[in-house]
Amino acid sequence: MAGGIKKFVVACFDDEKTLFPAVKNVRKQGYKIHDVYTPFPVHGLDHAMGIRETSLHTAGFIYAITGTTTALTFISWVLTKDWPLNIGGKPHFALPAWIPITFELTVLFSAVGMVLTFCYLCNLAPFVKKHHFHPRATDDLFVMAIECTDKTNDAEVEGFLKSAGAVETKIESAETGWWIGRYDREQKLYKEEKGY
Amino acid sequence: MNHQFELPGSYKKWTYGLIIAGAVALLYGLIFLHPFSAPAHHSAAAGHDGHADVGGTRFWAVLLQNSVFWLLVVNASMFFLCVTTMAMGGWQIALRRVPEAISSVVPILGIINFAVLVALVALHRTDIYHWLDTDLYEKSSPLFDKILDGKKGFLNPTFFLVWSALSILGWWLLGKKMRSISLKSDQDGPMDYESGKKWIWKNTVWASLYCVVFTLTVASTIPWLWLMSIDAHWYSTMYSWYTFASTFVSGMSLIAIFVVYLKNKGQLEYVTEEHLHDVGKFMFAFSVFWTYLWFSQYMLIWYSNQPEETKYFVERIGTAEKAGPYKGIFFLNLILNFICPLLILMKRGAKRNWTLLTVMAVLIIFGHWVDLYQMVMPGTLHENAQMSFFEFGVPCLFIGIIMWGAGKYLSSHSLTAKNHPFLKESMIHHT
Repeated sequence: MAGGIKKFVVACFDDEKTLFPAVKNVRKQGYKIHDVYTPFPVHGLDHAMGIRETSLHTAGFIYAITGTTTALTFISWVLTKDWPLNIGGKPHFALPAWIPITFELTVLFSAVGMVLTFCYLCNLAPFVKKHHFHPRATDDLFVMAIECTDKTNDAEVEGFLKSAGAVETKIESAETGWWIGRYDREQKLYKEEKGY
Repeated sequence: MNHQFELPGSYKKWTYGLIIAGAVALLYGLIFLHPFSAPAHHSAAAGHDGHADVGGTRFWAVLLQNSVFWLLVVNASMFFLCVTTMAMGGWQIALRRVPEAISSVVPILGIINFAVLVALVALHRTDIYHWLDTDLYEKSSPLFDKILDGKKGFLNPTFFLVWSALSILGWWLLGKKMRSISLKSDQDGPMDYESGKKWIWKNTVWASLYCVVFTLTVASTIPWLWLMSIDAHWYSTMYSWYTFASTFVSGMSLIAIFVVYLKNKGQLEYVTEEHLHDVGKFMFAFSVFWTYLWFSQYMLIWYSNQPEETKYFVERIGTAEKAGPYKGIFFLNLILNFICPLLILMKRGAKRNWTLLTVMAVLIIFGHWVDLYQMVMPGTLHENAQMSFFEFGVPCLFIGIIMWGAGKYLSSHSLTAKNHPFLKESMIHHT
């Protein structure tokens, strides 16, 4: 479950206008962006970061046809083999009457499946914790986390980010995966943070 | 901005080629199908007599099918414009001259359609509209029909023609007003905040007026009068929406074809695949919407199983014992207009692919033309309907006229509504 502790250079930007060129330059320099945390959805940031299109739609389609198949096989088995009933003199295999249920099960499977997949992909679940690189990422700062390797010169990266327009940089070791439990005991309250 | 678009020679060649082909088909019909001889009697045409002359019926049925279909398709363009205007839509501005151009054909097709309707009434074509038969309303006559007598207030020649004329006139004049508001903005120069606000207000008010007229006609009475009254005893509350969905999705497809064509010719500089994607979404969504109505109509009638209602479907697909003459077309309709758009247009990439979307647009228009075919033919020609030279020739005439009218508009006005206040929103649009 744990993704292991890794070292990151964290840079904060206070404007979309500086964030976009910074993302571009950081990628050009060959640094690996772990993620960018923003207080609100930023249009086009996923393209700038070079994240591939999500496959959530494909998953949704697969869940949908699973729903269709489930509904059709189950209803047809029940009404033709297991417990055939005479309903209004209709044939036992009464396809038109099943279409609404089939449709609903298609939508239900697709919707529930996609929500669960989305939560899994975003590491969202009750009691599950994720590391916060900067508390103001939920307020007014765009926070970029760059993953360090053995060869990374931290000071150089920090300098580079400062020159790219970062208002604040820091080095942080963090758990990359998600875990169940409490946040680190060292976690400070928001009002104790610098810049509050 | 852009220099004036000149119609390429190939466009004109196709336009005149199609018009000539259609005219030849029409001429063939006029000479060999005897449209002006008295209709074969209803029961005789449907009966066992193989020699019954159904040529005239075929002529008028094909003309009715095509004139109604193509008129409603080009009219759907104006509805698209008005409805997006009312919704304060911005994305479509980069391509809005295309639906404007298509809707400029409404007057021509409206006149043709009205001429066909007048001819049907004047020639007393009871083979097309059974309710035109005056004997049905004579209490003393053996043909007296209690049901049709009850519908007489609505289904009578006077109301039929007056309401048809008013409807066509409404689409024509309000559409013309919408186009003139748009064209006037080209000459008036860029708008500031205040004048832009005024212009948007005026445009929205006229658009909403058009939508009211559209609702009272295409979305309700017109399909009842023009198409549903072929099967005068039968009725369906889904019918008008069904016809609307059919022609609207074809209208969106026609817009897509023109957009792709103009883009290929290096026009419509602000239209990107983002806009194409949205047009594609309309084609996809309304194909599904059409299916929803198609199925609702079918399932309710199938479920309640009342003879006077199932008659409509028995005429088409037949019964378990005996397949009807339209069984193939009936299910082809569903494959062309539901299965294909659903599976092919579902993916995002497909809606952003210029070639694939064009192919799908052609398929959808053909599919809904077939849909109208199976709405008109069973009640008029019964098992005598054909799908041959004449049936494919007449639509050529209508397509040619649409190309001619739309081409004329496109080549005489700027292809971008350059002073529209929402143009910038359309330029930066992305989905």
